[in-house]
Amino acid sequence: MTDTSIISVKNLTKMFGDFTANDNLTFDVKKGEIFGFLGANGAGKTTALKIFCGLSFPTSGEVKIAGFDIYKETEKIKKNIGYMSQKFSLYEDLTVKENIRFYAKIYGISKNEIINKTEELLEKLNFSHALNERIKDIPLGWKQKLAFSTAVFHNPKIVFLDEPTGGVDPITRRQFWDLIYEAAENNITVFVTTHYMDEAEYCDRVSIMDAGRIEAIGKPEELMLQYNAETMDEVFLKIARQ
Amino acid sequence: MKQLLSFIKKEFYHILRDKRTMIILFGIPIAQILLFGYVITNELKNVKIAVLDLSKDNVTAEIINKITASGFFTLNKNIQTEKDIPLTFKEGKIMEVIIFEPDFAKKLQKENFADIQLIADASDANSANMIVNYTSGIIMNYLAKLNKNADIPLKINVNERMVYNEALKDVYMFIPGTMAMILMLISAMMTSIAVTREKESGTMEILLVSPLKPLHILIGKVTPYLALSFVISMIIIAIGNIIFGMPVLGSLSLLLAETMLYILLALSLGILISTVAKNQQSAMMLSLFALLLPTILLSGFIFPIENMPKVLQWLAALMPPKYFIIILKNIMIKGTGFAYVWKETLILSGMTVFFLGLSAKKFKIRLE
Repeated sequence: MTDTSIISVKNLTKMFGDFTANDNLTFDVKKGEIFGFLGANGAGKTTALKIFCGLSFPTSGEVKIAGFDIYKETEKIKKNIGYMSQKFSLYEDLTVKENIRFYAKIYGISKNEIINKTEELLEKLNFSHALNERIKDIPLGWKQKLAFSTAVFHNPKIVFLDEPTGGVDPITRRQFWDLIYEAAENNITVFVTTHYMDEAEYCDRVSIMDAGRIEAIGKPEELMLQYNAETMDEVFLKIARQ
Repeated sequence: MKQLLSFIKKEFYHILRDKRTMIILFGIPIAQILLFGYVITNELKNVKIAVLDLSKDNVTAEIINKITASGFFTLNKNIQTEKDIPLTFKEGKIMEVIIFEPDFAKKLQKENFADIQLIADASDANSANMIVNYTSGIIMNYLAKLNKNADIPLKINVNERMVYNEALKDVYMFIPGTMAMILMLISAMMTSIAVTREKESGTMEILLVSPLKPLHILIGKVTPYLALSFVISMIIIAIGNIIFGMPVLGSLSLLLAETMLYILLALSLGILISTVAKNQQSAMMLSLFALLLPTILLSGFIFPIENMPKVLQWLAALMPPKYFIIILKNIMIKGTGFAYVWKETLILSGMTVFFLGLSAKKFKIRLE
């Protein structure tokens, strides 16, 4: 795979008994891009995502994350990635400060750096007043923005986001994507799964999975041309109906 | 009316289709009735006794015979001197020593009365009481028969003495039992809930993606409960001692070491449960039924194991609290050293190693 690939996947297959969840996936993700990993529920997105994060192993195939081999260098991968899951990443009964400090320490950031970065982060988010508030007392939209910020706090090479904007109002979703753009500008590759097709249009490139296979991959504009569609929604429907 | 009926029907569907509810509704009451029926028995069975017969004549032989033939007692040992008595009790098997004074039959004939002394191990106060009463009863029965054919009424003085717990204080029983129960509760149940809570809230995934090793996650989860349990056990011992007068006749450091061992064992059971339970609720239910309830019923805490049917006795043999309570009683009440608890310690250690290994392995696998 090329030098600019930060994720390279070759013939990735994952089987659970007789069931093939991921069928011979081959693609790569370039450094610094926002990559949308799309597909319907049950298409195999989460399975693949778990493999990329080092939570499970492929049945066969080659996978390299940030240049590290998924079978032999799993520990190195973990140090260089961030992750935000569908259910929250932050502890409800800890404060904002405590949550950030906890995760930052796991990734080896020094105490002073944590204090400074936390201040910077909260100021940028206009959230400085909430430093000592417990997560359970914070509105949902803020929780998600914080969760994302915590996931990229240690400046990972890639951040994996699993349906990060579920259940959030459109304005907050827009603000969330602003954070994603900012991360990409700071050279953090963003790998996001979503089933909101309008979000697909915010990505640099997307792939669409159906029944364990990647059925389409490319820039949103290109795909819309290719499938003669006006929105990514339509592209998706046309692929699903094939 | 039809609305109500269809609603009731729906409720029945819910209940009948939920396996867990069915188990609670039917399985548990049946199990409990059977269990309680067998466990709460006030009858004595095969109580092991020892006899110090300083007379060794035909009358003492007959009395001993009557006692062993009753079915309640088994003659386990014949002691030769009084000096052997403390050791006999320390070994833990013998519940009662019957002492016949020298020249028993002769005294009975010439002076019309003789002495028997019953010494019972009162670290289990209720049993001790029953044992002494039953034994006296048998002796008095025998005496009544003798008196039928006698001209002058004969008298046998039955002296009772309780060792280890002269005042038959209940607290001697309930403090060791409470410790076993509370430590099991905190260490096992709380640990299992803490781990499954992490799984439920989704934060476990985040931890696993991070550079944190699964072993570290495990140790991190367990350490606070280890510390807490240790502190609490010391509080219980202190309260028992200061307020209730429960002694610690043996070595305090041995006591604390054994407590640590038990806590470790309970912790590993908690982790094991967390690998099996999907959420906090099932972790809690599993802990309650698989750990707490057996601790209360089958550990010898309230109901003596010796009185239970064989099947339950074997089941009780699998329970860690049973051994821990023996160790506690031996050290606290009998003042014994390691020499008398090594067997139970070995069993607990073996269980700990086994469960720690098993749960650590399952923990790692479960996470994948």
